[in-house]
Parts: sequence; C-alpha cells; structure tokens
Amino acid sequence: MNVILYLLAASLVLGGGGLVFFLWSLRSGQYEDLEGSANRILFDHEDR
Amino acid sequence: MSVEVAFDDDSPSPRGRGLGGGGSARTGSGGSWLPPADPSPQPPPTRGGGVFQPQTQQPPQPATCAHCGLPAPSGRRFCCPGCAAAFETIQGLGLGRYYQQRLLDPALRPPRPETAERWDLSRSIDAKPDGTCELSLAIDGLQCGACVWLIESVLAHESAVLTGRVNMTSRRLKLIWRGTAEDAGGLVARIEGLGYRLVPFDASALAAAQDSTGRALVRALAVAGFAAGNVMLISIGIWAGEAAGWLDSMGPATRDLLHWFSALIALPAIAYAGMPFFRSAFAALRHARTNMDVPISVGVILVTSLSLVENIAGARHTYYDSATTLLFFLLIGRVLDHRARGQARATAEQLLTLRGADVAVLRADGSTERRAQQAVQPGDRILVAPGERVGADGVVERGASSLDASLVTGESLPVSAGPGTAVFAGTVNLGGPLTVRATATGGATLLAECVRLIDAAEARRSRFVVLADRVARRYAPAVHLTALLTFLGWYFGAGAPLEPSLLTACAVLIITCPCALALAVPAVQVIATSRLFRTGVLLKSATALERLAGVDTVVFDKTGTLTEPVLTLRRDGVDSGSLRVAASLAANSRHPLARSLAAAAGRVAPAESVTEHPGQGISLGDTRLGSRSFCACAGLPEAKGPELWLVRPGHDPVRFTFDEALRQDAAETISALRAMGLSVRLLSGDHAAAVAPVAAELGIRDWRGGASPVEKVAAVEALAAAGHRVLMVGDGLNDGPCLAAAHVSASPATAADVSQTVADVVFQGALLAPVADLLRTARLARRVMRQNLALSIGYNVLAVPFAVAGYVTPWLAAAAMSGSSLLVISNSFRARGGGRR
Repeated sequence: MNVILYLLAASLVLGGGGLVFFLWSLRSGQYEDLEGSANRILFDHEDR
Repeated sequence: MSVEVAFDDDSPSPRGRGLGGGGSARTGSGGSWLPPADPSPQPPPTRGGGVFQPQTQQPPQPATCAHCGLPAPSGRRFCCPGCAAAFETIQGLGLGRYYQQRLLDPALRPPRPETAERWDLSRSIDAKPDGTCELSLAIDGLQCGACVWLIESVLAHESAVLTGRVNMTSRRLKLIWRGTAEDAGGLVARIEGLGYRLVPFDASALAAAQDSTGRALVRALAVAGFAAGNVMLISIGIWAGEAAGWLDSMGPATRDLLHWFSALIALPAIAYAGMPFFRSAFAALRHARTNMDVPISVGVILVTSLSLVENIAGARHTYYDSATTLLFFLLIGRVLDHRARGQARATAEQLLTLRGADVAVLRADGSTERRAQQAVQPGDRILVAPGERVGADGVVERGASSLDASLVTGESLPVSAGPGTAVFAGTVNLGGPLTVRATATGGATLLAECVRLIDAAEARRSRFVVLADRVARRYAPAVHLTALLTFLGWYFGAGAPLEPSLLTACAVLIITCPCALALAVPAVQVIATSRLFRTGVLLKSATALERLAGVDTVVFDKTGTLTEPVLTLRRDGVDSGSLRVAASLAANSRHPLARSLAAAAGRVAPAESVTEHPGQGISLGDTRLGSRSFCACAGLPEAKGPELWLVRPGHDPVRFTFDEALRQDAAETISALRAMGLSVRLLSGDHAAAVAPVAAELGIRDWRGGASPVEKVAAVEALAAAGHRVLMVGDGLNDGPCLAAAHVSASPATAADVSQTVADVVFQGALLAPVADLLRTARLARRVMRQNLALSIGYNVLAVPFAVAGYVTPWLAAAAMSGSSLLVISNSFRARGGGRR
C-alpha cells in the first residue's frame, strides 16, 4: 500500500496547482467582465 | 482623411452588405452630410449574394440614416451631421464591419451622436509619474459586443492610447494613455462622436466598485471547494474500506494515514474559508444577538475539533468532509447572493452617474468653466442653458424662463422664473438661458432639508429582522439544548462512559448543522433577485424582498411615478399636417417640449438647415416653432400650462399644449395591486386640483394633494402607526424622506438622485407594471423561503432521533446533509416562476 503515499502527494499537488491557478486568474481580473469575454471571442481584434 | 462613402441604396443600410468592405467610401468635401451629385442607385444587395434576385423588392420606404437607422430627409444618407461624422470615422478606420457585426441583434440601432454635456475630466484623471494617465468612464449606449469591438478598435488606432478596454458587465471604459491630462478631451470626443455617452467616474465611486468583499468571498469559495473535493475523495476511500466484506477491510494504520491527510487539507481550509461566517457570528454574539452564522460557526468548529480529537485518538470516524462540504455549499450561496445584489447596486449607481452633469460656472471675466456639482461655491454665478438641470440652489439673476420642478416639488406644470426667483437644484430649465447665483449651501436649501428628514426617518425605522435570523434565534438554542440533553441522557440516564456520550452529543450537532437551513433563504434571494434584475428591477437592499412580501398598503406619488416623467402632447385640436411639420423642426432640438412633440409625431425626418434660437424656438425660413413671443402670437388667448406655437406662411398659428399623461399601464397596475388585496393610496406634493383627476381616473379614493415633505412623512408614519406596512413608490426629491420612512420603498430610474439612493428598489422603463411584478415575486419568494425552512427543519426532526440514538456515521451525515441541501436548492428554483414573463 506504499503507492498510496505517492498518489496522495500527487493528488494534493495537482489539486493545489488548480487552486493556485484559480486564485491567480481571480487576481488578474479574469472574472471582472464575463459578459464582455463571452462577446469578445466573436470579433477579430487587431494586434498592435 | 479622404474617405469615400459607398452609396448603394436608401434601404436600412446597416443591414446591407455593400457598406462592409473596409474603407471603400467617399464623402463630399469637408464632411458634408449631403449626398454627392451623382447618387447612382443600385439594387439593394441581397443577403445570400446569389444570382437569384427576388422580384418582390422592398416597398418604397422612408429614407433612413445609414448610421443610426432613424428616418432621414429624403435624398439624404444621414439624418444629421453627427451620424454622418460617426459613419465617416468608422469607415475611415476600416471598421465598416461594425454594421454587420451589429446584426447580432437587429432590433437595436446604433446610437445616434448628440451634442453631449461637457465634463470636467481633470478631476477624474490619474496622472502617473511615468508619463501615462488613467481615466475610468461610464459608458451609455453599449448595446452588444460590436459596440465594445468598435470602441476598442477606434481607440487602438490612437497611437497615444496604451489601454482602451471596455468592461461590458459594468459598462465602464478604462483608458490609459501616454501624454498629459489635456489629451483626455480628444480621446473622449472620439468615442462620443460615435454616439456613446461617456461620463467620468469619481475616485470614490471607483474604489467602491473594486468590491473587495466579493473577491474575498470567491477566494474563500475556491479554497473550500478545493478542500471539499479532496477530503471527500479520501473519505470515500475510507468508507469503502469500512464496508467490511465488500472490499478487503482497511487496516487501522492506513485509515489513520488517510485521516491525517484529510486533516492536513481540511484544517487550514476551514480556518480560511470559514472566516466570513466566524466573523459575522462573532459580531452578532458581541452585540448579544444571534444570527444564522452562529449555529453554522458553532457546528463547523465543533465538528472540526471533534474530528481532530478522534483523529489523534486513532478512532474510526472523522467528519472533516462534512465540515468542508458544509462551508463549500454555504459559500456558493453567499457568493451568488453577493453577486446578484452587487450587480443591481452597480447598475443603479451607473444610472445615477450617467444622469449627473457638470455645472457651467461664470468666471469674473465672463468666460465659463465646467465644474462638478459638488465644487460649486455659494456666491458662484451659474449659467443654466435651456434643457439643462439647475446644478445648485440659488436665485435667478438674469434671464426669464420656465422651470420644470416636478422632481423637486411634485408640481407637474412648469413654474415661471425671472430675476429674484429662488430655484432649486434638480429643476429643469425649459425656456431661455438663466444666470443663477448659488446661495449658501448650508442648512437652508431644500436638498439639505430633505437629507435631514431622510436621516431622521431612517433612524426611526425599526430594524427589520430577516426571516433567517428570526428562525436562527429559536433554532440555535433548540439544537444546542438537544445536544446537551443527549449528553446528559447518555451519561447519567443510560450510564454510558464519558467519551461515547460526548461523541453522540456532537453527532447531534453535526446532523443538525444548519446547512439546508442556511441555504433556505439565500438561495431564494438569489433566484428572485436575478429574475427581477433581468426585467429591469434593481433590488438594492438585502432585506427588501422580505419586507416587500409583508406589504399591505401601497402609497404612490403622482408626478413622475403614476404619470410619465415627461410631459406629453395633448392631441386634441392638432391636425396631423401641422404636427408633422412641427415635429420635423422639433426633431432638431433637445428642448424637452420639442422632444415630446417629436416623439408624439412618431417617425418623422428632421428638417434640415434649421436655426435654433436658444430659449425661444426653431426657425426654418418663415416657419417658426417656439414660444408665444417668438412666434408673435402674443395676442392670442392664453392657456394654462406649457405650450409651443407653430406659425407658417399661409396657415393659422397652431398651438401645441402639453400635459402629463398617466403611465400607459397605470390603471392596469393599480387594479392588479387591488386584486392582490393591497390598499392603494395617492400622496402628492402637487396641487389638489391636479391630483383629483388622476385619482379619479385610477379610482383611488384615498388621495391627498399639496403635501409637503414633512406632511408626507407624517402621513406614511400615521399609516405605519395604524399597523400598516407601507410600500412607498415615489421619484421626487420631496418623496425622499417619505421613501426612507416607509416599510419599503421603490423609485423609477428617472427619480431624483436622492430618492433613488434612498429607495430599496429601483425600476427601469416606462411602465409601472414592475411594481406589481415586484410584489408578486416577493410574495412567491417568501412562500418558497418558508417551504424551504419547513423542509430543512422537517429533515432535522427526522434525522435527530437517529443521532440521539447514536446511529450516525460520517457517510450518513454527509449524504443526509448534501441530500437536504439539494432538496432546498431545487425547491428554490420555483421562485423563478413568478409573474407571467
């Protein structure tokens, strides 16, 4: 049953990574304008 | 910039394909909005672009503007120079695709550029030391994603702009550019030229918009979700191992390891994600009160500490999963609740921001300066243009005009103003330009008086205790008592050892942990609030829904609430020919009377090359539309109320009179309210003579006119003292105190700023139906809330005997808790069904 140690560690790291990414996306304002984001994908934006 | 305009047809061109191709357009020199000499008409382009041309061509339509789609003078591509300029800008930048992308929602028309108020931008600009400036603006006129695309694309063509990003949810534009604060005017004018209105946000409103509470809640939710998922995953492993005979039994060492891993995840997560509840519970306890967060906090903390004790002892059961899942579910409710109300409040704020306007202050040298309303000092001389709102209380120094004071005093008919007349902030100047000297802004002004009354009324209003907290007050002691009795019963009654007795008592607390109970009310709140939001009703207060449900009396203000906020044309005695001519002239003016005249005539193309004489009227050759003196009709019979005259060569002068019209569905709404068993009253500051016909038409027997703000408050408080729960619906400054005094209050979005701020609910649109809809939704919501509470209490009554008897295992607790929560949430969705929308 030693494999369970690796599995638990792996699941914690993966889950924790997801949590960190979510907190990062929250902090960088990706949830500020959900309506706008939904519309934006329909239009071409010229890169500058 | 030399641009060519593609002249394809006179059909609603934005729908046509021919306009699309980037920048293949031409205009006459100098941005003329006249057509070129050789408009070569082409057949209207077809959608499919195929060979087949349908024989049934579009019937000849009145010419429509290529930009905004409103009627245009025949032979013209545009209805006004503003639209022509906007079209030219868009085509010139190669953004013609805008007109096709708009087709996402064909019912909406591009906004029509109008000469907008000028703003003092400097106070809102944040100039950074690195040479960049930042400015946040509220946008009016955003319709769909294409508008966002257009604004951002236009800004992207400005080389100085570093960031120009529209937030479609909050309808705000964030501008960062390299340069000085003075460049802002040009950038803003660029967007305003497209037909959008931009209003700067002041710094305090911006800070409020950051919404740090909301973010903290979402962070807590994320942490709780992470913990709940992982702990549950481990718990399922443990439970599977527990099921002897189904799998190989799990050894105690493995079980302990898994428990420790659960603890590692759960303990920090609970400490972090539980903070919103712990804080609120602590605050309540400190004030010797109790709310729903108290049993939640007690439950979570007890369950966690019990699990830790058991874990250290190497026992079989821990309840980390229950604690984290409970927090996760509750936080979902909190986040949704916060978001639904935050959205409503932000929208209400946006409405107010867009409505305000700067004040033109006359400098000593005769020049004018735009200043924020708050920055006006007593003694300043203010210029009030026709159609503009008076920015401060004051005394007229020069000029003669009439003022629409309906928002301030409730009087529907304009009052005349001349030198020496006292004017109030919020009144609208209907006639000529006025110079007003601002008077002392101290306690003497009407606004200050109203604010004082509002404060007094709010202080008197008894603190409303929400349903959930009322339940919590009885629930918490009952639960804690049951747990205590369980312990005493096992320990002394049954003579069990100390530890199992304590464990059983804790199991009672876990099973009664008020998950479903805590979700019972917020879930309904969220669903009802969102439903109302979609119909344009903004619920600003958290307790408004519950207070609304208890209402038994509705008191309406008259002017602007039961009646339309603008005066409407009286139709009798006006022939349609004169009306059309008058409307074509009036369409060029922003004067309120001209606007209602133009609106009354429906779709009429505006006349070209008219001259507007400020404060007097509009002329086109010998045809004149305007005041009595402007049209030289002084000798003709006088009439009560505001009027416009039309004189044309070869015709008798025509008089247009205006009066207030009831909101289209006022009668219907009043009878709907009566059908709901509510008593309806009318309380107005207008003269009794003006109130009586409205009351008679609507069949309201309890009415009163000529009430001052103080008398209005007294009337509402008298009703409250008689045991009635009053919903006050009003819009005027004079209604503000009364709105604050009522059990619950609502304002139309056209209401005075003060009233809108005070009101619990703001409804948008021209109809009164939202009031009835609001009450219907509130009653339904209350019914569903009560069902939810009954469901979750019923569940507890069923489950508690098992817990008392000591039969509860962790998986049973988790399953029961999730089951009851799901049941309550599904039931809450029934709150969406109210009304007939």
